[in-house]
Amino acid sequence: MRILGIDLGSRTIKWVYFEGENLKDFGVIESGYNPLDKVRPFFEKIRPEKTVATGYGRHLAKEALKAEVVTEIKAHATGIYYLNPEIRTIIDIGGQDSKVIKIDEKGRVLNFLMNEKCAAGTGRFLEIMALGLGITLEDLSQAPLLKNPKIKIGSMCTVFAESEVISLKHKGVSLEEIIMAIHESIAERIMVMLERLGVEEKVAFTGGVAKNKALKALLESKLKLSIFSPDYPEITGALGAALLALKGI
Amino acid sequence: MQRSASFEVKVYPELWKVLDIDIERLDKMRMVLGEVYEKHFLSQENRPKGMAYFDWVISEIHGGRIKEILEAKREGRVVVGTFCIYIPEEIILALDGICIGLCAGSPGTIPDAEKILPRNICPMVKSAFGFNIAKVCPYFQSVDFVYGETTCDAKKKTWEILNEYISTYVMEIPQMKREHDKRLWLEEVKLFIEKMESLSKKKLTLERLLEGIKIMNAKRKALQRLNNLRSFNPAPISGKDCLLIEQIAFYDDPIRFTKKVNELCDELEEKVKRGEGVKDPQALRIMVSGTPMALPNWKLHNIVESLGGMVVNEESCIGTRYFKDLMPEDFSDLESALKALVDRYMKIDCSCFTPNDERVEQVLKEYRDSKAEGIIYYSLAFCHTYNIEAYKIQKACEKEGIPFLFIETDYSPEDIGQIQTRIEAFFETIRERRR
Repeated sequence: MRILGIDLGSRTIKWVYFEGENLKDFGVIESGYNPLDKVRPFFEKIRPEKTVATGYGRHLAKEALKAEVVTEIKAHATGIYYLNPEIRTIIDIGGQDSKVIKIDEKGRVLNFLMNEKCAAGTGRFLEIMALGLGITLEDLSQAPLLKNPKIKIGSMCTVFAESEVISLKHKGVSLEEIIMAIHESIAERIMVMLERLGVEEKVAFTGGVAKNKALKALLESKLKLSIFSPDYPEITGALGAALLALKGI
Repeated sequence: MQRSASFEVKVYPELWKVLDIDIERLDKMRMVLGEVYEKHFLSQENRPKGMAYFDWVISEIHGGRIKEILEAKREGRVVVGTFCIYIPEEIILALDGICIGLCAGSPGTIPDAEKILPRNICPMVKSAFGFNIAKVCPYFQSVDFVYGETTCDAKKKTWEILNEYISTYVMEIPQMKREHDKRLWLEEVKLFIEKMESLSKKKLTLERLLEGIKIMNAKRKALQRLNNLRSFNPAPISGKDCLLIEQIAFYDDPIRFTKKVNELCDELEEKVKRGEGVKDPQALRIMVSGTPMALPNWKLHNIVESLGGMVVNEESCIGTRYFKDLMPEDFSDLESALKALVDRYMKIDCSCFTPNDERVEQVLKEYRDSKAEGIIYYSLAFCHTYNIEAYKIQKACEKEGIPFLFIETDYSPEDIGQIQTRIEAFFETIRERRR
């Protein structure tokens, strides 16, 4: 049976394709204005017999792709459980939101928290900061972890934080210090959610932002434990959706 | 704007003119209300026939009820506008007055309010203030005075400014429940009686007060009866319809309202006997707890019920807190009746009280009574007391193994997508528990 798991995220669309129990292919594409237009070419090529959709645009896919829907929360839990069944706490940072999810020994969601309705602590926040500094996301990821960071970004709001970063730049603060402050601001928000929910080992980091090595290292140092991150962390939700299609929601 | 309306909130231009309403704006607002109402209420399946009355009340929200109120005023009856259940309605009714819960649940008037009030305060207070200064609430334009209270800082300080636009009488509500707090409130009640007596030119007697108590008890009992019927599975009436009735309870004629709620309950009892419900028995049963939802705030209920859930209880001021406590009906003198009235009102477990542990018990009780499967705790942004109290309720729920979801929001539609995701994920966890 041809099975498709698709995660229609705010910034990108992720898909995972199974034939029977075998993972055949996966990919990531930009969401654009009409995500369904982006989906149709490969959807028609694969012609899946069963589709499960997740992500921000899941309800769009419900009719258009005759898909069943699950939330990103359940999809990430299912995906990470498949990749590493020892995980009990998931940090998921995507383009538009961040979440902390606790799962049990069977991969079932026990509890979760999501960020409030703004871009602070999300992938979009990092994109805007990188833009303001004239660097790439890869540059952010490669930045060193500073032992005694001297500056802090106070603003929760992405727009205000951007002006703060720009003024730091003009004050001549080093790029490394600024990047550290940017990562601190996200990490602190995530730590608050983790502490509210209670951290249980082992911890995984998923979503596109999990590719940011510097942020991962910072979270590890704050949590004082090592964090598991899949090779392709952004497709965890799509993988979970495909697995749920396989075994039934 | 053309629309195939089967439902319309009726227009009363002459009446609005007399009341100095911004007619153009209110006309737009009533059209939006009509559309929203048709979409969210009339489209529901297996709706009880008895809801027709409440549909009619909504269609007459900007006119029919106003006419009744203005006629009553001509007879010398005092009309009091409120935003709180901490108002001794028994006394208002005893002196032939009318008590009206004022408009406070729409985002449309918030920009008006923000010209004067700070942005970072509760949307309910801003919405209400906006309704007044924008002159788009016929109720505001009809009342003799607004009854304000001291249950939160945003309200308390807004009354001072509101008083510049409309006569606002403020009653101090104690925030602890010691003996001297009760004595303070008895004094406040007596001052309120003086105010009502001087406006109505009537004297409060024991007989009159007993009349008021009986009307209120009957109304609260009818609402209790309706709420109890929701505990059956499948529930014979939707959460949205019940919330609507709880909202209408604050401005409809109390005697007619009680009769209509009881008639609806007769119908629902028959449905329960036949095992009929509005949704299939598998629908998730959700209890809502927290900040009150003023008309027309149906945001959370709309999301929950459009996702296949069923709201079976509102632990809120617009909800059980309004009708859970009755008053005795046998007194030999006025003073002891007033003391009993104070006792009744002091049972209100509003989050303005500290400590407020009885609310935690009440939430757990209502969860069991309503046979819910999870609690969604609803806090309006900047509603500090309900927001902070969520912590204690959550801890109690965790201890009891009750699924709990916290939602903080306001009246704007921008976060509907995120709330939907949270509620869907909450439903997924409850469904997994069922297995």
